[in-house]
Amino acid sequence: MSLRLRWRKFVSGFMLTMTGVCALVAVSVLFLILGYLAIHGGASVNWNFFTKLPVPVGETGGGMANAILGSAKMLLLATLFGVPIGFFGAIYLAEFSGSTTAFFVRYAADLLNGVPSIVIGIFAYSLVVHPFRQYSTLAGGFALGLMMIPITLRSTEEFLRGVPNPLREAAMALGASKWKTIATVIVPAAYRGILTAILLAFARVAGETAPLLFTALGNQFWSPGWTHPTASLPVMIYTYALAPYDDWHRQAWAAGLVLLVLILVINIVARAILSRGIAVPRS
Amino acid sequence: MQASVRPALTVNLPPIATSASARETPEALAMRMTISKLDFFYGPKQTLFDVSMGIAVNKVTSLIGPSGCGKSTLLRTLNRMYETIRGARLRGEILLDGHSILAQDVTALRRRVGMVFQRPNPFPKSIFDNVAYGLKVNGSKVPISDAVEKSLRHSALWDEVKDHLHKSAYELSGGQQQRLCIARALAVEPEVLLLDEPCSALDPISTAKIEELLVQLKDICTITIVTHNMQQAARVSDFTAFLLTGQLIEFSPTPQLFTTPGDPRTEAYITGRFG
Repeated sequence: MSLRLRWRKFVSGFMLTMTGVCALVAVSVLFLILGYLAIHGGASVNWNFFTKLPVPVGETGGGMANAILGSAKMLLLATLFGVPIGFFGAIYLAEFSGSTTAFFVRYAADLLNGVPSIVIGIFAYSLVVHPFRQYSTLAGGFALGLMMIPITLRSTEEFLRGVPNPLREAAMALGASKWKTIATVIVPAAYRGILTAILLAFARVAGETAPLLFTALGNQFWSPGWTHPTASLPVMIYTYALAPYDDWHRQAWAAGLVLLVLILVINIVARAILSRGIAVPRS
Repeated sequence: MQASVRPALTVNLPPIATSASARETPEALAMRMTISKLDFFYGPKQTLFDVSMGIAVNKVTSLIGPSGCGKSTLLRTLNRMYETIRGARLRGEILLDGHSILAQDVTALRRRVGMVFQRPNPFPKSIFDNVAYGLKVNGSKVPISDAVEKSLRHSALWDEVKDHLHKSAYELSGGQQQRLCIARALAVEPEVLLLDEPCSALDPISTAKIEELLVQLKDICTITIVTHNMQQAARVSDFTAFLLTGQLIEFSPTPQLFTTPGDPRTEAYITGRFG
């Protein structure tokens, strides 16, 4: 074997090993985090965690029921606010706008997607919290909803554009108006992708802490209605992890585990949705 | 050697159309659609020049010509599908049963003038829902399942699909999908059916089935077909229009156009000297 060939074989083997190791590192991070959370927080995930309020310092036990409910309420608001805007905006972009408009809207959405979440929090603070002098569930939901808009918009648009043009023509040639074509052919053909996009946007904002610090603030108790400061899982993790008490640390780990499992479940559901129903074959 | 080159067609082929005798000129028949002095533009570029012709009732009219001659464009003016393209506009007049199609509501027009496309394009729905689609969007009053069966029978697909109407349309073969698209178009009972090279993506046997179908469908509607295949035009159509660079060169009964073309360019094209 010539020296040159041996060198080539070495480079080939080296690069192959390196790419493999990188791939392994990428996936093992997830499993490391999961394992770490399970070890530290697993024991604290019990019935009380889901049903009890946090207890004062010094007492052990208690749970994060208020934070779970708070997160759920804010995510509901965020979805109600962010998803329709993102979805209908995407329909406009994919089906109606000219290429110049589409370019600017798309560019703006990408920029909005890249705005640090803490800046979104400050923005929501100055728009919703400051004028009413009140931290609230509403403000938290608004901030999270803002973050959902560009994610929903961009991915929905991609899926709508992925619907082959002959399907649009077929519907229109049968006497369907433009909006009927969209409602009965294009959106149904893309709905699995769109639903997945919405779930992923949901999962993404479910773990956001920064926008909630200025808007929902936090609360050790139940937050009735929509206009009071509320606890949420990510903020609870932040507060508890910084506190100097071991019991709080355990609770923070548990909250992290619950949040991560929730996001994993959403991802798995999203994938399951994608693999069902009649898909448009790629031609 | 020659025989093995030709596709082996064991199914019944329609006979070469002879219903229109050589004396029967397109002008002498009742017209379903009339095109007069049609100019067509994509932005600044003119693609049809002063086209005038008629589409005879319950006949098959085929549009032939080399690629880019404007035959598909002409077809797409008849149900105003050209309007989906930005910057497309036309000048001239197109009448359907004596009324201008440009003055009508476009969705109403497209119910009366159905279209089948080059590639089978069933919706990602079941076979049944594909055929029912046109009825549903048009709020049809007729019982949908009866209409679906009728259309599938018309498109000679019923026997093949009657036991799995609720399967995905994508489980059908390409030829079956195209017949499904024809059934879908027929379901709204159009007066005119436009077909844009409906067999260009199909194998010879599927093609033969669709050609046979077209000849039968004449009884229930008027057919206009764009084809790049001259033999196909000769087999299925009563009248043939030959287009070249956006101009209608010749429009005659099919046997006449293929046997005694009136224009040297038509002769050159049908004898394979170009195109």
